[in-house]
Amino acid sequence: MSRPTLLTGWGRTAPTAATVVRPRTVAEAAEALDRAGPRGVVPRGLGRSYGDAAQDAGGLVLDCTGLTGPLRFDPEREEVTAPAGTPLRRLMAHLLPYGRFLPVVPGTGHVTLGGAIAADVHGKNHHVDSSIGAHVRSLTLLTPRGEVLELGPDYGDTALFWATVGGMGLTGVITSARLAVHTVETAHLRVDTDRTGDLDSTLELMERTDHAYRYTVCWVDLLARGAATGRGVLTRAHHARLTDLPAPLRREPLRHRPGAPLSAPPWAPTGLLNRATVGTFNTAYYHAAPRRRRGRAHPLGGFFHPLDRVRGWNRIYGAHGFVQYQFVVPFGAEDTLRHVVEGLSRAGAPSFLAVLKRMGEPTPGPLSFPRPGWTLALDLPAASPGLARLLRGFDERVLAAGGRLYLAKDSRADAATVHAMYPELASWRRVRERVDPDGVLVSDLARRLRLV
Amino acid sequence: MRDSLGTVRSVLLLGGRSEIGLAIVELLVREGAREVVLAARGGVEETPAALTVSGAKIHSLEFDAEATATHTDTVDAAVDLVGDLDVVVDAFGVLGEQDAYDRDPGTAARAAAVNYTAHVSVDLAVAARLREQGHGALVVLSSVAGVRVRRANFVYGSAKAGLDAFAQGLADSLHGSGARVLVVRPGYVPTRMSAHVDPAPFPATPDQVADSVARGLRSGATTVWAPRVLRPLFTGMRLLPRPLWRRLGR
Repeated sequence: MSRPTLLTGWGRTAPTAATVVRPRTVAEAAEALDRAGPRGVVPRGLGRSYGDAAQDAGGLVLDCTGLTGPLRFDPEREEVTAPAGTPLRRLMAHLLPYGRFLPVVPGTGHVTLGGAIAADVHGKNHHVDSSIGAHVRSLTLLTPRGEVLELGPDYGDTALFWATVGGMGLTGVITSARLAVHTVETAHLRVDTDRTGDLDSTLELMERTDHAYRYTVCWVDLLARGAATGRGVLTRAHHARLTDLPAPLRREPLRHRPGAPLSAPPWAPTGLLNRATVGTFNTAYYHAAPRRRRGRAHPLGGFFHPLDRVRGWNRIYGAHGFVQYQFVVPFGAEDTLRHVVEGLSRAGAPSFLAVLKRMGEPTPGPLSFPRPGWTLALDLPAASPGLARLLRGFDERVLAAGGRLYLAKDSRADAATVHAMYPELASWRRVRERVDPDGVLVSDLARRLRLV
Repeated sequence: MRDSLGTVRSVLLLGGRSEIGLAIVELLVREGAREVVLAARGGVEETPAALTVSGAKIHSLEFDAEATATHTDTVDAAVDLVGDLDVVVDAFGVLGEQDAYDRDPGTAARAAAVNYTAHVSVDLAVAARLREQGHGALVVLSSVAGVRVRRANFVYGSAKAGLDAFAQGLADSLHGSGARVLVVRPGYVPTRMSAHVDPAPFPATPDQVADSVARGLRSGATTVWAPRVLRPLFTGMRLLPRPLWRRLGR
């Protein structure tokens, strides 16, 4: 075995050492699982979980990005079958020429299909289309005992299928999946943009108009204070039809131009993102947005993945990294949302990527995050003073409101709180124990939150 | 497991009655640690009040610094109690009096063994465990007394000098393993252990040392001085000519 490698999540906090192997085939993955020692093994994709979900201190990490191969698009059944290591951005680029699009696209295209299912990721269309698990027709799961199981929502071991959707890689290694896709006429969206003056008007506008759009998301300025607390820029969109496009774009309506990514500087000083710099950025961003604009055609890539234009943007938080805090609270718990937004605004915690979204129908995955309600996701530099206490206070409010934290984002919650937020944890464990009785699959996240 | 904001779950204190060690543990518990092992000879019967009310689970463990052959078992026993060791605080030691050491060389050698060789064996056992688990921090209580050894306490100072050098080497050997060592160099800290020595300039309370340690653990430092001013001060001290140092260092 090779020397251990230090791994972190996308937030670049709390590195731990593990032996990394990169299987190219299912057989190689099975062999690696077999070699796992007492510290266990966990699959890893492109490392976009913010916290410690794809780390296994002292153990083995299966880098699944090598599990690639041909993508099979079936126009009759409106579905695509792909190896689990396929990045979603590649799937997207593959499907667009056929006039098809992924059912769910998270905030970055740099995630593997396997990782997306293991975190049951959601996108800007969650209020209409639910999360990715709702569109998985089947998946292949390699279990720690070397079995290769074909699982679906309506056949085979359905309990294991749903334990795997959102199961954070702790039920086995997903090696391929079959995903439903939908038809699009163009590679563009028709976007409506509105600026809102405060949190109440943000919530009111979203509540009133959300159902009329396929995609909605609101960027919230968490540093605005006083009367402007919770002001935001709301974007809502539909897939553009051919007739929505200006004439020059109609010639090649499905042409997808992801654009060459820029690179973030390799190093940034700790504290570059502070109250002053982020506050200035947020104010500028807010005022740069149109007060009200309708029907603007916007390329898919830029709408879904603006940050993918900057490779390694996570480095601008400096050596101490950052944490992402994402929670969902049921509709009716707007007070909790208000408490968090006001708390962050008061604390002056410098967050410039705060995103508010309404969620719809959940999947049956016991560890799947989405629940109907409001979800807020925000980034904060890990070195912010008093952050641990501030977030712990929010945890309590979120829990009391019947809400929960997103495991793919978490890097700091405590086990008891998360257990209370996921009441189906016990039933998930029972399914897991069936396929992994020896507890081979384990991650830093699983240890920290005592999931297994 | 240390989380992204530096909160740890488990702490092992070697020298379970050390005032500085307990101050560090208390601070880590205030910040969220849930499991504590206090290791000392005969175990630690009386848990300090600050820890009892914390809600953290406090375990007592037999640890005999002089029985170096048992140290690996001690570390294993701590792992059996709490699982992965997130932070290990190595804080045991004896100060003694130079005059007494001068009169009884045997006692001096025994004190030197407790202050140096005992740490070698237990810290190596800890390091092996941290390397295996792929994460964790070992906090080693060194002292400015070992930075430049004074005639007034050179038995103690020389052992601390050895320990400090050992801990730095250990830190380098753990580089890249996910585990790390934090060397702490306090100055004069008024405690039971130091009650018999004259106060020195720039004293620090155990709580201040604990604050420095917590800061060091958060920032990823390899060395912390408590108080911070001792670092530039001792950089100068090291450069003093011997005749002058001899007179100063009574």
